[in-house]
Amino acid sequence: MEYVNIFVKAIFIENMIFAYFLGMCSYLAVSKTVKTGVGLGAAVIFVLGITVPVNYLMENYVLKEGALSWLSPQFATMDLSFLSFIMFIAIIAALVQLVEMAVEKFAPALYASLGIFLPLIAVNCSILGGALFMQERQYATVGEATVFGLGSGVGWFLAIVAIAAIREKIRYSSVPKPLRGLGITFIITGLMGIAFMSFMGIEL
Amino acid sequence: MSAVAAEKVKEPKEPLFSKKNKALISNPLDDDNPITVQVLGICSALAITVQVKQAFVMTLSVMFVTAAGNVIVSLMRNYIPNRIRIIVQLVIVAALVILVDQVLKAYVYDVSKALSVFVGLIITNCIIMGRLEAFALANKPWPAFLDGIGNGLGYGMILILVSVFREILGSGKIWGINLFGNKVGALLSDGSLATEATGLYALGYVDNGLMILPPMALITVGAIIWVQRARNTKLIEA
Repeated sequence: MEYVNIFVKAIFIENMIFAYFLGMCSYLAVSKTVKTGVGLGAAVIFVLGITVPVNYLMENYVLKEGALSWLSPQFATMDLSFLSFIMFIAIIAALVQLVEMAVEKFAPALYASLGIFLPLIAVNCSILGGALFMQERQYATVGEATVFGLGSGVGWFLAIVAIAAIREKIRYSSVPKPLRGLGITFIITGLMGIAFMSFMGIEL
Repeated sequence: MSAVAAEKVKEPKEPLFSKKNKALISNPLDDDNPITVQVLGICSALAITVQVKQAFVMTLSVMFVTAAGNVIVSLMRNYIPNRIRIIVQLVIVAALVILVDQVLKAYVYDVSKALSVFVGLIITNCIIMGRLEAFALANKPWPAFLDGIGNGLGYGMILILVSVFREILGSGKIWGINLFGNKVGALLSDGSLATEATGLYALGYVDNGLMILPPMALITVGAIIWVQRARNTKLIEA
């Protein structure tokens, strides 16, 4: 039940795009058609599902205060958490590279559709944001962290597919000239965010 | 060989603030604004614009990281292998951000707490990676420094503009100072709580709570883009 709760919360209430604006840059740049939106969204779910648990293990067995005590009791007071940014980003960049190579080798069809998006993802704020929120919220188990990662990814996926669909349609309407393109996308995202606020306070 | 040959040709020394260098600072403020035109660094720009103070601290941090990161990458530009440049840049930026984070924690702890994960997210702020890739890798340190400062300023300008609107309309304050009088229950300067409303609040004025919520940041930026493009018609998208 706890897992379902975290999952639903990550998708709707703490949606990466509408509540925290993470990954906005690629969200705005790649949402011109639904097809590319789906590709990037799937890649984000995938990468968040892998990097959040790995970073969780990193945080709990290396970085946190006293986390190194499994190595030797004399490390019980070590606190390496000031290194967390550099460790998280290095792990994300390395994992994305690894995933890219593995996908290219074992699933060429998937690589053809996801491939071009994977390098973009290393610098997508939502991935590092997922790791940092995981650190801030102190999840109890690896399972919870994984579910949180997947949930955030699904939320991001929903958001980018929805905006891409709207942008495809809005091309045929007469938006005021200066508002065309970027401006209207911002305003629509804001309105979608207001809609998503109605999920606030839902507990399962 | 060609690189060596190019160095031997004596270039005329450029003044520090030549016209080209001044444009590096002034362009990002309007025509080439990182947020409204290049669409970089939106993530953090929206989340921390509830109060002017937070936006100001964030601006300074981002300006420092872009300028310093640009200079470092520009100095190393001939030694970074092309294939691993992203990871090298990420490590440089992450090191700078750790510095910023530690300084903020030491001197403005309350702001650092309020910014929460967004200090860390400066690492993946697209402005920084974008400027490193597009400018620092191909230019000398001094223009790269100016470019970093210029983009930091352009970013900060939008950030502060958005936060001014949101703080005034959303909580009736600016930089934490009440503008329209005290609400019931507001903390007074002598430490007690106000028992009756004063100023505009006594006349029935109510803060617009929606402005504090995340979606309004997007709509405010949308409106700013609208105004900017109506003034500067060459930016209009087809």
